[in-house]
Parts: sequence; C-alpha cells; structure tokens
Amino acid sequence: MNEIRRETRHEIRLRVNGVTYELRVPARRLLSDALRHDLGLTGTHVGCEHGVCGSCTILADGEPVRACLLLAVAATAHEITTVEGLAGPDGEPNAVQRAFAECHGLQCGFCTPGFLTTVTAGLRRDPCPTRDAAREMIAGNLCRCTGYQNIVRAVERAAELESAQEPAR
Amino acid sequence: MKPAPFDYVRPDRLADAVAALAAPESKVMAGGQSLVPLLSMRLASPSLVVDINGLPGLDAITVTSGGVQVGALARHTAVLESPEVARVQPLVPMALAHVAHATVRNRGTTVGSLVHADSAAEMPVVLSLLGGSIEVSGPAGRRTIAASELFVGPLESSVAPDEIALSAFFPALPPGAGVAFDEIARRHGDYALVGAAALVEGERIRVGYLSVSDVPTVVDLTGVPAADRAEAALEQLDPTGDIHATAAYRRTLVRVLTDRVVAAATANAQGGTP
Repeated sequence: MNEIRRETRHEIRLRVNGVTYELRVPARRLLSDALRHDLGLTGTHVGCEHGVCGSCTILADGEPVRACLLLAVAATAHEITTVEGLAGPDGEPNAVQRAFAECHGLQCGFCTPGFLTTVTAGLRRDPCPTRDAAREMIAGNLCRCTGYQNIVRAVERAAELESAQEPAR
Repeated sequence: MKPAPFDYVRPDRLADAVAALAAPESKVMAGGQSLVPLLSMRLASPSLVVDINGLPGLDAITVTSGGVQVGALARHTAVLESPEVARVQPLVPMALAHVAHATVRNRGTTVGSLVHADSAAEMPVVLSLLGGSIEVSGPAGRRTIAASELFVGPLESSVAPDEIALSAFFPALPPGAGVAFDEIARRHGDYALVGAAALVEGERIRVGYLSVSDVPTVVDLTGVPAADRAEAALEQLDPTGDIHATAAYRRTLVRVLTDRVVAAATANAQGGTP
C-alpha cells in the first residue's frame, strides 16, 4: 500500500460531453476508468482492456478512439464524447440509438456503447454507407452475442433516419 | 489488466523530452496504441512515460517528388487519407488500410508503429521494402537510421532508449514501378497470419513479408521464373507455427501471397489498378 500512496497524482481537466471536470488521477489511470470510476459515466463499457473489442470506444474531437488505450492524463487536450453524450439536449436518442432499438441491434447491450459511438462518428464521415462500408465501419467492434446482422441493419437504418431528418439539422 | 505505476511528463520542447528520456527505464509515448496494451498487461513497466504529444510540429506530413516524410505525431488516418501520399508512394496507404481498425488508426501513429518494430505489423515491412529511413534525436544530436539497420529483433529496434523518433521517410515510387500489398488475417484489421508487399521496378522484383520471421524480411526475386518465385522466397524464410497458424499453413500463405502481390504490382507498374 505504501507504494500506491507514493504514486504521484496529476491534477487534470477533462472535457466530457460538454462539461469540464477537474480530477486527480495517477498517470496510469486509463481514460475508460477515469470516465467510469472518477466521473461516474458508466455508459462506457470495458471489455478486453487492450484495444481489441471496441466496447470502450468514445469520441475524441468527434473521432472514435479506444478509451482503454488512452491515458486520462493524455486526454486533456481533447473534447471527449461518451455514449451519454450522444442523445439530444432533450434526452431524445439520436438516429443511431433509435435505429439500434428498432432493428434489435442491442442484444445483451454490453458492446452497444462502443457501437453507438463508432457508428455515430462513422455516419458523419459516410452518411450513406454501402453494406460493405457499414460492415467495415463496425469491424473494430466485437459483439459476443454475435448479433452482427442486426447491427449492420441498424447502421443502414440509422443512415436512413439521418437522411430523413437532414433538413431539420 | 491495469498498468503498474509510472511517472509521466508531457514536455513541450524536444530538448526537454530528450532530457527526460535520460531517466532509466523511460519510454516514449505517441499514440500509445501498442504501448498502452503492453502497460496494461504489464509486459512493459517503464518508470517514466514521456508523452511527446505536446511537442510542436511533429504531426506534419511532407510530400515531395522524392518521397513522403511522416512526422512522429502524424496519425495513421491522416497519412492514409492524404491524396499526396497516395500519389507519391501508393504502397503507404495500401498497407495502412490493413493497420488495425479505423478507431485505432485515429490515434496510432505511423512512426510509432515503426519504432515498435513488430514484425507482424505492416509499416515496418513497407519501410524495409522501400528502403526508407527514420530520423531520431537524442543526447548526441540527430541521426538517420536506414530501415535495413532499424529492425534488429522481435519488438526491438535500433533506436536507443534515450532517443526519440522524429519522422520516417518513405522514398517515392520510381516512374514505371509498381507496388502491391495483401495479407491474410482471421478478421480484417487483425494481425495478419502472413502479409506481403511487392515492389516491381523493371526486371527487379522484391517482396517483403510480415508475420513470417522475427523481423520484417525482404526477399529479392529478380530473375526468378514466375513459377519458382514462391519456393525461392520460402528458401529465405523460416515461417514458424503458433496458436493462430501452423508453419505449414504459413508456408502455404507465403506461396499464395507471393504470386498474388507480384502479379498485382506488375499490373500496377503497367498502369493497371493493383
């Protein structure tokens, strides 16, 4: 325990979902753990913890990255968006969240936050993906229910929903 | 699966970063996409992590008629999506498309992947095949390390512990030359069971292999009849078996990929799409 007490803690500011948080963390705190344990934002799920499964995917400056492969102390320069930040200001689910519900893309739900963040950013880059592009978009995320068919459908449905609401955005 | 304690600094001047690296057991972190898993699994336990993300100017990608220079903080995605890079050296984006998944490429750096020196990774083979180099800075100043001197063992590069890689240089594709890249992985984006990159320049044919040996290996197949190329390559390679593929299966993949990438690079040289 002595060794742990001696560990230097860093005062950092994290911008998450538009809110600035001040926290004290050791350098080894992974961003995924800082979000969950220090900030209580437990929507970001932790699966493999070495960058393979994609469950912890968050957006840094709008682009998907693995929260388990980023140190919290190294994330201070970025605007972080977690699954909690995807919904609209009124709490209305975004098009991707609605599409996952409609198409039963959630299954057990554990991998869902990573898929939702990945697809939300992916559709910004490619608003009208082909089926192959939809598969490629989610290729870095693992679903242990192997529910990929419904998830691919949900990506396509989300693209439809977003294009339908385009004029309002 | 949590890292052991370490000290952390994020200098904003190169001199400070080099000075920090004088500490024993220190380690440079750029994108961290290979380092953080090693930390979490405690396969690496540096006493100090020197985060170079605060150093200015290292994210530049400079393209000239001579080649592509990639700064140490240029993310894979930025290199992959640069039309200038694709024009001057198309093998770079061809191979980068196979580097992990988009999410990891958004953070991971091409130079970091080179100095990590994983023989299962794509970019070390590309740098070796093209005869590229990296520039590093250390207490004794700057020096250039040729790819042929860079990869010395499994996950071991000749960059000294107190040196920081600043950039990598990929020479341009000569006029009339062609390149191709292909790999077989269990899932696109995973580490390849075997991968191969080819450079065809007139009569000259060279092929680089990943996930076959401890270091990226380039084989010269110039003058070898087409039907004998794969066996000629295998004479210089010694594929080993592991949990993912037997040695015999890797030999099969070397045969398949050698013919495939040489054909594609030849077509690419003749102006076709690889």
